[in-house]
Amino acid sequence: MQSCSLKTRKAIDQSVRVIASLSAVIGLFAIVWILLTVTGRGIGALNLKFFTEVPTPPGIPGGGLINAIVGTVIMTIIAAVFSLPIGLLAGTYLAEIGKETRFAEVVRFVTNILIGVPSIIVGIFIYALLVVPMRGFSGYAGAVALAVIMLPIVVRTTEDMLNLVPDSLRESALALGASRWQVTLNVVFRSAKRGLLTGVLLAVARVSGETAPLLFTALNSAYWFSSLKEPLANLTVTIFNYAMSPYQDWQQKAWGASLLITVGVLFLTITARLIMKRQGKQL
Amino acid sequence: MALTALTSKWSGSVPAVWAVWDVWDENSPDRIIKPVAGDRVFRWITTVCAAAIPVLMAGLVCVMVFNSHLALKKFGLGFLTSTAWNPITQEYGALSSIFGTGVSTLIAMLIAMPMGLAVALFLVEWAPPKLEAFFGTAIELLAAVPSIIYGMWGLFVFAPFMADHVQPLLGRYLGFLPLFKGPPMGIGMLTTGIILALMILPFISSVSRDVFKMVPSVLKESAYGLGATNWEVTKGVILPYALHGIIGAGFLGLGRALGETMAVTFVIGNSHRLSASLFETGNSIASTLANEFTEASEPLYLHALVALGLVLFLITVTSQIAAQLWLRHIIKKAGGK
Repeated sequence: MQSCSLKTRKAIDQSVRVIASLSAVIGLFAIVWILLTVTGRGIGALNLKFFTEVPTPPGIPGGGLINAIVGTVIMTIIAAVFSLPIGLLAGTYLAEIGKETRFAEVVRFVTNILIGVPSIIVGIFIYALLVVPMRGFSGYAGAVALAVIMLPIVVRTTEDMLNLVPDSLRESALALGASRWQVTLNVVFRSAKRGLLTGVLLAVARVSGETAPLLFTALNSAYWFSSLKEPLANLTVTIFNYAMSPYQDWQQKAWGASLLITVGVLFLTITARLIMKRQGKQL
Repeated sequence: MALTALTSKWSGSVPAVWAVWDVWDENSPDRIIKPVAGDRVFRWITTVCAAAIPVLMAGLVCVMVFNSHLALKKFGLGFLTSTAWNPITQEYGALSSIFGTGVSTLIAMLIAMPMGLAVALFLVEWAPPKLEAFFGTAIELLAAVPSIIYGMWGLFVFAPFMADHVQPLLGRYLGFLPLFKGPPMGIGMLTTGIILALMILPFISSVSRDVFKMVPSVLKESAYGLGATNWEVTKGVILPYALHGIIGAGFLGLGRALGETMAVTFVIGNSHRLSASLFETGNSIASTLANEFTEASEPLYLHALVALGLVLFLITVTSQIAAQLWLRHIIKKAGGK
């Protein structure tokens, strides 16, 4: 370093700066390219029929994907109903009760590993656990698969958010004679509620775009929702099937569904970030 | 979210509330108050919920092993080294899938790691604050886009772009290498790797950005004060200081790339073969599962696929555990200082 002249050092500095800026520009370019493609190709498919009609048979133009939209919403809601209570309570255990016990350490470790398990593995797990014994693909199986993916995410964000609550709050409430469950529910949860809401929204956003775990659990269906024991139509598997099909009309619908899911997921993510930002200002 | 996990773990100090909280431990000799009934119930419920997670994990492992035992018994360790994949003769081997997962992940890491660091450096060190906030948000939103969207874009937009513009160019100038031989089809290993790189780039750059921000400005300022240039400060102060965190970010991206299914399935071409050329089609463990799972009618076929899933599971879990132990190692070090 010392042997270089000032000129070379400055030149190196400039070139690194150019490379770094270029990388950032390429990264930004990629997102703009992807979003523009999805919007440009998808917007044409989104008409009233798309949101009101069920799919037509292969090769016949027309129809819509209302069944898949409803299916995705139903499965996401059921997954949330399963995993939110368990996840919130487990996260509460880690942040408030277990803390640094051996058991809490194990749970924390396993949670982090479970977050990293590929979602297609969860699909196989639920296939073997539910689809085989129930003798068929079903909306239930799809919802459970999504719940399994959501659970560890909820646990970890809950723990992180509760850890942000200052201990002085807990101490004051305890000193006033509140019992610990009252402290947790009325003081800790209340002051962490924006953070918890953010975590929940991010978890919902994450699973609503999942495809792999639904491929062999909920499968897909061309019909209107009838029962959760039947294969359930959903947007993401529809995208996969339609994109791989030879029909122009179906490919166009796949782009429409892609646009819908992207807008939905980004909306949830941005909402979550805004909520968190306001929390930051309040504290 | 990984960032908050990463950072929250660093503040490992024991809070004052500990003393009071210890009463949760009913066997503690320091216990002064008898826990009220509500507390006992609350503790019991949350413990059961927490226990659900290890139980779920154990269940997952048991179910996977049970549903792959036919294949494991028949092929043994040879499953890992065989390239055969023939549902008609009932011969199955995982090598081509493992190879595809490895190669596509390697390409992704080779591109995304330096690029992610460069983006993070640009944001933290050089970009004006407003631009930083804008770029930072944009890149983090990229992380939220579902992987199937990358797959769609990859198949319909990026693969034709590769076939028309990038691959002929690579073939012309680097075609003497076995890596770049073959017809420019667009889909294949190289395209898959690049799309995976775009997918994990946001993770790597946002974690690195957080890590770079934690470098104390006193350190940087002293280096600047000695006359160092921006790059010299980066190389001599920021990177060594942030190294542990950067490796953590790398593990995060690695985990994503290894198990990615949809983006890969769309563009990898899905053929069971090993090929030195990155232009050729191939398959990864996840893409094989996505394509063939619902077609598996024979028990042995199904068990072979689940065994393949088990291999992927073991690979990702190993990398996760390595990452966890690594993080724990850093926390200990940080706590020791």
